[in-house]
Amino acid sequence: MTAKGKFSGNRFAYLDDETTVKKIVSFSSNTLMTVTFYLPQMHCASCVYLLENLHRINAGVIKSQTNFQRKEIFISFNPQIISLRKVVELLSFIGYEPLINLQSTTTEKKKVAVNKTAIYKIGVAGFAFANIMMLSFPEYFSGGHIEQQGLKQTFSYLIFALSLPVLFWSASEFFISAFKGFRQGIINIDAPIALASLIAFSRSYYEILTGSGAGFLDSATGIVFFMLVGRWFQNKTYDSFSFDRDYKSYFPLGVTKILNGIEKQITVTQLQKGDTILIRNGELIPADSVLKKGAANIDYSFISGENLPVSKLNGELIYAGGKQAGTTIELEVVNDVSQSYITQLWNNSVFRNAKNTKESFIHPWSRYFTIMLFSIAIGGAIFWWFVNPAMILHVVTSVLIVACPCSLLLSATFTFGNMLRHFGKNKMYLKNNSVIESLAKVNTIVFDKTGTLTAQHFNDVKFIGKELSKENATVIKSVCSHSSHPLSKMICDFLKADEKLFVEKFEEIKGRGIIATINNHVMKIGSANFIFNADAPQQATTVHIEVNHVYVGHFEFANQYRKNVDKTINDLQKMNYELHVLSGDNDSEKNNLQKLFGEKAVLKFNQNPQDKLRYIEHLQQDKNRKVLMLGDGLNDAGALMQSDAGIAVTDNTALFTPACDAILDGNKMEKLAAFMRYAKSEKKIVAASFVLSILYNIVGESFAVSSHLSPMVAAILMPLSSISIVLFVTAASSFSARKMNL
Amino acid sequence: MSAIFLLIGASILVAGGFLVAFLWSVKNGQYDDDYTPSVRMLFDNEIEK
Repeated sequence: MTAKGKFSGNRFAYLDDETTVKKIVSFSSNTLMTVTFYLPQMHCASCVYLLENLHRINAGVIKSQTNFQRKEIFISFNPQIISLRKVVELLSFIGYEPLINLQSTTTEKKKVAVNKTAIYKIGVAGFAFANIMMLSFPEYFSGGHIEQQGLKQTFSYLIFALSLPVLFWSASEFFISAFKGFRQGIINIDAPIALASLIAFSRSYYEILTGSGAGFLDSATGIVFFMLVGRWFQNKTYDSFSFDRDYKSYFPLGVTKILNGIEKQITVTQLQKGDTILIRNGELIPADSVLKKGAANIDYSFISGENLPVSKLNGELIYAGGKQAGTTIELEVVNDVSQSYITQLWNNSVFRNAKNTKESFIHPWSRYFTIMLFSIAIGGAIFWWFVNPAMILHVVTSVLIVACPCSLLLSATFTFGNMLRHFGKNKMYLKNNSVIESLAKVNTIVFDKTGTLTAQHFNDVKFIGKELSKENATVIKSVCSHSSHPLSKMICDFLKADEKLFVEKFEEIKGRGIIATINNHVMKIGSANFIFNADAPQQATTVHIEVNHVYVGHFEFANQYRKNVDKTINDLQKMNYELHVLSGDNDSEKNNLQKLFGEKAVLKFNQNPQDKLRYIEHLQQDKNRKVLMLGDGLNDAGALMQSDAGIAVTDNTALFTPACDAILDGNKMEKLAAFMRYAKSEKKIVAASFVLSILYNIVGESFAVSSHLSPMVAAILMPLSSISIVLFVTAASSFSARKMNL
Repeated sequence: MSAIFLLIGASILVAGGFLVAFLWSVKNGQYDDDYTPSVRMLFDNEIEK
């Protein structure tokens, strides 16, 4: 296998720098380096084939292994044969350019997705549970009277031995968590589990050691096993998504610096005030800078939500984060990367504190449950004090053992887990279970405009005026094709003319328009200001055309709203959500939006990232609203973080999304109302399963209070209730999803 | 009767063996990636001379 050709250019020259290499690779010695890259382009089985055969393309690669779902490749190579830069260039050349950004160099490497200790604990608990169950069968089938004493003792002590690692290792986290909560004066969700298993274990050990009974160790280990499985299921999330990206993942690592007229590739972190940098078409501006040379057309749509690229003149300040569209420009850096205007947003305290996850509604329920449990235990004790005081301890421990706090927890865990799966099927990827509850509580929805309600860029062009003659269309297209301005390009795409005519004279006046002579026509194409020499009210983005000093009409550019946005908004309004729009763009779309959202909706324009954050805060604190924010760009990052639930809307889930609680595929915006309804159905499902669990508890407790709780009854009730509740909530949440067409 | 003791011992040993196998497979990373291996097995290995 060979790759024909070679990567050209020195885009990755910064990877020759040793300190940069050290920061990126995970292991490095003289003859071996290992590195893990994220490859957004990986999409099919053939990709895996090609990427895992890198060693056949270049002998320096020792081994390459992909993880398809995480779109990652792990490469080990011999740095004496092939350098890191060459590896990256090879990958880029065959079409899989690794994503290397500022984040790649930060020391915090992505944690191993699966916490292996948790799985070991489940394995040990499951092993002990199954074997104890089996060793208990003789006891159950003989009605608790095994004739041979030797056999009975063997079973008891084997069970005893098997249960020890479960109590001291597998269950330890419940005890630790309950103890920690207790010290802070809180009865947390782990307390009932810790209490039940502690009593079940100690009573069983007492019975076994004194020979007075068989104990409840099968139920006790079973509780631990099911709870651990539940917890593992709860923590399962999407491997391939990252929900906590900050600006570091958006900024590139390499940048071209010009020193004494020589281009040099350096890393962004090495940039200093006063450096001169070179930005090519499509490249990102890494730090606040001043334009020194070239025609800057900066696309800020991702940063500020402005639709239209902004042209800048020499000497003007250009904020970091914008993308250059057009020719190569030279800039002088005026601020460090971390001190830039956009990165300042991350200094806000919302980014430093983890989102305070409000207590789930399960927690108070589990407190009531614990209180109820103790009342039953005390009631039983009082009753038996009068009837037969010798039975008090037996009854009280039975009450606490058979109570099933686990079904309480399991029902929520599995309901949320299954809902998460259904959301994911519809391309809404939630960060974790608690997001569903946050979504259900929301009563206010705030939208960003550009990229969220609309597509990221203009794609709706209209010509207003008399219909263009074929000749005029050809002429306009020919002129526009000479300009690199994004609007010119859009006009070119819009006009259907085949021929291209020779342009005799062409002059582009930055930020205003074009004067050109073609086929003896004198053309003037540009802004209203340029054509009419007067400031026309800016209602929409327009380009005016004048041919031979006669005005022919203008092009109007509008955002195309996402599919069925009107219906979605209508549905949300029917569901009594308060809707707001925060846009970083100008108010040219105000009329359209007002029509869409109705008179009552609050529309705010020209909002900077800090404004957005503060507005969300204002809604939460002054008006006591629970806010859902939908946004797409870096400028929404603060608002997404501040909101009770933040959804990042993206057209390509492999691309950068700001830190958020959920990532939504842009095409699925139309399902927002259904998503909200589905999130709200969660409470009903969990409540129904609680009723079921209470029925089981009534049965169990009646055995316990009447002192008839045998190990066998407990051993049947415990797995039965756990499994049936898991099945019930899974079926109910799937049914609910189907009902809502999800 | 002693046959039962023997069998109990054997069953625990077998079960323990499976537990060790499970723990080993987790440690070895067999569950880290549950998709790519299914693709990888379809590749033809060209005979290397």
